[in-house]
Amino acid sequence: MTGIEAHVQQPYKYGFVTDIESEVVPAGLNEDVIRLISTKKGEPDWMLDWRLKAYRNWLKMSEPHWPNVKYGPIDYQAISYYAAPKKLPKLDSLDQVDPKLVATFEKLGIPIEEQKRLTGVAVDAVFDSVSVATTFQAELAKYGVIFMPISQAIREHAGLVQEYLGTVVPANDNFFAALNSAVFTDGSFVYVPKGVRCPLELSTYFRINASSTGQFERTLIIADEGSHVSYLEGCSAPMRDEHQLHAAVVELVAFDRATIKYSTIQNWYPGDEEGRGGIYNFVTKRGKCAGVNSKISWTQVETGSAITWKYPGCILQGDNSIGEFYSVAVTSHKQQADTGTKMIHLGKNTRSTIVSKGISAGRGQNTYRGLVKIMKGAEGARNYSQCDSMLIGDKCGAHTFPYIDVRNSTAIMEHEASTSKIGEDQIFYLRQRGLSSEDAVSMIVNGFCKEVFKELPMEFAVEATRLLGISLEGSVG
Amino acid sequence: MAKGKVLLEVKGLRAAVAGNEILKGVDLTIRDGEVHAIMGPNGSGKSTLAQVLAGHPAYEVRGGSVQYAGKDLFELDPEERARDGVFLAFQYPVEIRGITNSYFLRSALNAIRKSKGEAELDPLDFLQVLESKLKAIGWDDAMMNRPVNEGFSGGEKKRNEILQLAVLEPRFAILDETDSGLDIDALKTVAQAVNQLRAPERAFLIVTHYQRLLNYITPDVVHVLADGRIVKSGGPELAHELEAKGYDWLRDAAMVS
Repeated sequence: MTGIEAHVQQPYKYGFVTDIESEVVPAGLNEDVIRLISTKKGEPDWMLDWRLKAYRNWLKMSEPHWPNVKYGPIDYQAISYYAAPKKLPKLDSLDQVDPKLVATFEKLGIPIEEQKRLTGVAVDAVFDSVSVATTFQAELAKYGVIFMPISQAIREHAGLVQEYLGTVVPANDNFFAALNSAVFTDGSFVYVPKGVRCPLELSTYFRINASSTGQFERTLIIADEGSHVSYLEGCSAPMRDEHQLHAAVVELVAFDRATIKYSTIQNWYPGDEEGRGGIYNFVTKRGKCAGVNSKISWTQVETGSAITWKYPGCILQGDNSIGEFYSVAVTSHKQQADTGTKMIHLGKNTRSTIVSKGISAGRGQNTYRGLVKIMKGAEGARNYSQCDSMLIGDKCGAHTFPYIDVRNSTAIMEHEASTSKIGEDQIFYLRQRGLSSEDAVSMIVNGFCKEVFKELPMEFAVEATRLLGISLEGSVG
Repeated sequence: MAKGKVLLEVKGLRAAVAGNEILKGVDLTIRDGEVHAIMGPNGSGKSTLAQVLAGHPAYEVRGGSVQYAGKDLFELDPEERARDGVFLAFQYPVEIRGITNSYFLRSALNAIRKSKGEAELDPLDFLQVLESKLKAIGWDDAMMNRPVNEGFSGGEKKRNEILQLAVLEPRFAILDETDSGLDIDALKTVAQAVNQLRAPERAFLIVTHYQRLLNYITPDVVHVLADGRIVKSGGPELAHELEAKGYDWLRDAAMVS
């Protein structure tokens, strides 16, 4: 082989399995399973009722097939909906965490032990269906910031959870959101009180370990008036020949003058070169700028998963509120991604910015799908969208579906799009200056993604750059 | 002047692109410190020669040999050639979005330094290296903070190539039609910068269609490439002769031979 695509892809670096005794609920989905999950989590009745209602809705819904992705049928009865390590620590005592779990997260670069913790970052570590450790909880409590597993919040802050759960992503929003609402297990809950600037980066790391399971996490972040919080999630899973389903729901609520910055570094197992295995990442993420001058900013770096289907969006309800979406999506081998955003402008002078960078290599298919909707009352709304696609090789694809729905004539909309190809000439130019072909690709891709990477919290920008380097390593020769 | 050691020895070089043989047996010897000019009509293979020497993967070497500084050049990857001092100033420099000129050039310099076991330069050290080189081409720092070649005019791109040449200090520099697209002032600046870089331990191969660059850079040897072969070599006066008579008389000679 000559030139581009001559090399072999680097193996996935997080594909190991932790050998740990787990309790796995038998495969299958019915009301008894949901009751079992609810009981295991020690939930109040209202929560179980909410789940059951969602489940009954889900039964009437059908899987969406409008995304630009192809996959075989999913047997929802073949999935186990709850898996947890048997030895679980008691709350707030990290010392009792199974050393195997500690080692697992350390191997993933997420130290949860007291003495090795990441400085400036509080971490909630979720392993299969349960949170196994949440660091800096006490430290955060001093500021009134609540950061804990959502199952704990359902017990300890029932009022807050009940008030906001499902208000941004209703339980019957879509097929996968309904499924999640019925069976969600763990995820994080964050509440930042009025006027508080959260002193630490908050972060959740999701690890799928058990086979034949799905992970259905649920995250709810509430930023009260004038508060500020930056949250980051990361994830990975073992290499397996089977596909595993990950259907998460994330809801954000920002009140007057509050800011939520939500960053994702998604590195689920992408499957092998032939498309065997890999995670189906079907996720619903939405934020509501409920208050005036509030701001929600989504930044995502999507390098993993066999299939990605997600559209983190913003409902810009408060006047002068701001929604942002910065995305890098990489599809290599046979990965498929259909991702983008929804910006719904309701309030006056609301503004949204969309910057999407799609990179396709191998036989990857990358689709940007975005909706910008300006409602009647949204006087003076503005949107700026930029969609750039980069192709590496000639067997991959890039697709763009921007939807624009404007119902107020004062709106100002801008849309820019470009498609470029990393070619031999570009690589050769850099190699002629002494850079290796890997460094050349990395430099070109990083330059292409720069506008998105600069939005990531400093601690994670480096990680993102490195991750991108790994996932594209060898895809260009 | 005593002749330098042989730096580059090209023998019977044949090369093709997209299945078409362009170089049909090129012989060329360049010694340390020499400046050679390759002239010739369009399509004669001048740029192909430059690309083949630098190692562009789209060009297929079909025969012959190239020895460079005692090594078989074709055994080396493009980046290894670069680290060993082969530099090509591109006819069409590429743009790199989102990467500043400064970061790019420092990365290149550090890749070369690293291969020689020298310490890599941090941004501050690099600025010092850069200062005098920028002056030579009449630029200030502002050009270094722009993305590589993005939005550069044709002339700015060519100057950027010469800046890279000045910073990377190669042993063997190939200039591929660096004069094309330059106005007379830019041409003079570029020529001056090249003249400053002439040194006993550095050789140049200047590929050009027109004689005008050679008014400012006096070559030691001028070669005429026609139909994939060097059909005539001579001193600087050959360039003037070509300017006066055109290439046709030589092309005819090549056909006959």
